[in-house]
Amino acid sequence: MANYPLSGYRVVDFSWVWAGPLLGMILADMGAEVIKVETNKRLDSARLTPGRSTVGPETDFVFHSMNRNKLGITVDMSKPRGAKLIRELIGISDVALDNFSPMGLKKLNLEYAELSQANPQLVMISLPAAGQYGPLSNIVTYAPSLGALCGYSSLIGYPGERVLGEQTPYLDVTSAIHGAFAVLSALYYRERVGKGQYIDMAQIEVGASVIGEAFMEYFMNGRVLGTMGNRSPIMAPHNNYPSRGDDRWVSIAVDTEEEWHSLCTAMDNPPWVKQKRFSDKFNRQRNLEELDRLISAWTIGHSYYEVMDILQKAGVAAAPCLDLMERFSDPHYAERGTHLQVEHPATGVDIIAGIPFKSSGMPGEVRRHAPLLGEHNDYVFRELLGKPESEIARLIEEKVIF
Amino acid sequence: MAEQALSGLKIVEYGNFVSAPYCAKLMADLGAEVIKIEEPGSGDQSRWYGPFLNDEPHPEKSGLFLYLNTNKLGITLDVKTKTGQKILKRLLQEADVLVENNPPRQMADLGLDYSSLKEINPRLIVTSITPYGQTGPYKDYKGYSLNTAGLGGQTMRTGELQREPLAPPLSQSNYQSGAMAAAATMGAIFARRSNGEGQHIDISEAEVWATIHLGHGVHLGVFEGRKSIRSGHRTISVYPWCILPCKDGYMCLIAIQGFQWKRFLEAMGTPEWMADPRFRDRIVVALKYADEMDAMVKALTIEKTKDELFEICRRDQITFAPVRSIDEVAHDPHFRERGYFVEKDRAKTGVLKYPGAPYKLSQSPWQLSRPAPLLGEHNKEIYCGRLGYTREDLVRLRRGGII
Repeated sequence: MANYPLSGYRVVDFSWVWAGPLLGMILADMGAEVIKVETNKRLDSARLTPGRSTVGPETDFVFHSMNRNKLGITVDMSKPRGAKLIRELIGISDVALDNFSPMGLKKLNLEYAELSQANPQLVMISLPAAGQYGPLSNIVTYAPSLGALCGYSSLIGYPGERVLGEQTPYLDVTSAIHGAFAVLSALYYRERVGKGQYIDMAQIEVGASVIGEAFMEYFMNGRVLGTMGNRSPIMAPHNNYPSRGDDRWVSIAVDTEEEWHSLCTAMDNPPWVKQKRFSDKFNRQRNLEELDRLISAWTIGHSYYEVMDILQKAGVAAAPCLDLMERFSDPHYAERGTHLQVEHPATGVDIIAGIPFKSSGMPGEVRRHAPLLGEHNDYVFRELLGKPESEIARLIEEKVIF
Repeated sequence: MAEQALSGLKIVEYGNFVSAPYCAKLMADLGAEVIKIEEPGSGDQSRWYGPFLNDEPHPEKSGLFLYLNTNKLGITLDVKTKTGQKILKRLLQEADVLVENNPPRQMADLGLDYSSLKEINPRLIVTSITPYGQTGPYKDYKGYSLNTAGLGGQTMRTGELQREPLAPPLSQSNYQSGAMAAAATMGAIFARRSNGEGQHIDISEAEVWATIHLGHGVHLGVFEGRKSIRSGHRTISVYPWCILPCKDGYMCLIAIQGFQWKRFLEAMGTPEWMADPRFRDRIVVALKYADEMDAMVKALTIEKTKDELFEICRRDQITFAPVRSIDEVAHDPHFRERGYFVEKDRAKTGVLKYPGAPYKLSQSPWQLSRPAPLLGEHNKEIYCGRLGYTREDLVRLRRGGII
């Protein structure tokens, strides 16, 4: 068996939908045995992404992407026997993760205080919207509400215009990444000091942490940043420009004078580049709208890949704004394995996200497809927990394993 | 000092601006020792970026630098000189991790590529964060946060359809890749615990967007020819999923379940149009009647403040939330009760408030032990104390422009 960074570590993943499952995905990608706990009583909604054309809980690529490399069991934890099974499993695991609201696991007697009795060495992370305590801790939210509550959304919109906000599960992913780092740090502590611990992670605090300088601006100068579009405080030009084709855009960012002159040369030095109003950074910032209009007149004549090729050869940062299919067919991503194709019994072949980090010593491949519902019940209950066949049959009969 | 989660880990940061510094900050804030290397004279680019205390541009007063470099030791070193490279290699002999975000070609030109560093310390983990990664046709291309968010796909999801798409704010690509790098570095630490070997971690900013952020929907493009849709302040999947004005700002309205929407409208006085059969199917509303609906809903929300609306939503378990501005978050009772913002004194800037812990570890908590270093603040401590240079050497190194 290949040796992965987290080989030998077992994770019980209670989480749903986005943030928690992606945290589990990072640990699974590093080789941990991540056991996803599900129940037929209430399916993970990522198995039933609305608006897709495939049907049924085993064919959702979104679920397949976020839960690859994991094992899956089905347990009804609201039944006392189900909760007991989970406590037993926790007893032989290293990490537990959940993204329930703070009351969620308490109702099931599966909160940290309870689970740490089954396993004092346990590292557990919860990543609800607003954390375990504080006035907002019992708030009910969807992903966009979190972007709103932490200030992130207030920055999104065209410069000086109305707030458009973040509509995507952006903070879920950000939280998953930060959460994986926190879990691994706590595990590292456990390996040295011998103590497990609990990590209380509020997604809105993670959200505030990735816009740090906006808070610094407020604390230092009392200035409240708002919608800023694609503008940079120091770079000009710095925007997405139209290119040839339908809704095709290319990003161009210029920092130094050298880059500015390279851009002018690459555009064949149209007469306007010599004008005083574009003569230096300060003037370009002041005449930004006019500058953007003139650059657009050049970019529109080229495809976005042509603009990238021409400008990158000249030493100017430019890249196309790619959408779904365009990313899949991009040669750079293709060479790096940014998207992976994995066989799955229900769909034939899945197209899923590649491993988000590459390295000389970590697996760049996916070891197994996302679990079918209850696919590893037998492995977990019979092999790991040593339950006899008769007991397992009864638990299935009583819909505890369900 | 109390044992922290990463106490004992030795990190050298040879990076600039946001991505590598944020990665090393996450580790320093949990107790790792981070020695940050800055160019003599000018220092990290983020020192010149601002925002500046009292709007006074000064390399010791940049909020971005102050935020991203907490808990680090700072030395100056010109790694482009031979002596500089030699000193860096000496530091790396003793280190667990090098975090860097320099162009791959530059690292190779300086003799600091992974295969060379592996020779001097086989246990060293080298974490490289670059716009596009260490391999692939774009590896030597230039890219700022704007460019990598575009290539990564995040940009095409934001903005209005007839206008330019919007990249995420404030060097977001750098923050995301920095955090991913910190997690991957810890993975490598675990790998080394079992096999004794270091490794080279390759984080591509564009790829962090294209994989963990946005790679889960690519099949929709490949199999069904779908595109991301920029629909401004709302989505087209269901109504409401939008941001609308209220009396003193904006509210985020999102109801995936029908009962959440019904509850809200009832709390707002059950407007007559609720009964209109055209508005029964909220998916149809999102596609056909969204403008009309926005106007009617806005007529309700504009009468009330964010706090009034939020109170109603909290009371009735409705999933809507106020769009908090930065100053509101800074004074929010929830963040205050959790002690999120923390104060720290520092030379040249005095006592300032900083954003704090993204997570609370019960046994080995996040700490702000020391503020960001002054340029070269720890030169003597590191060069004389650790590496055994004399004070005279220090003068010579300084005169030679090496530190």
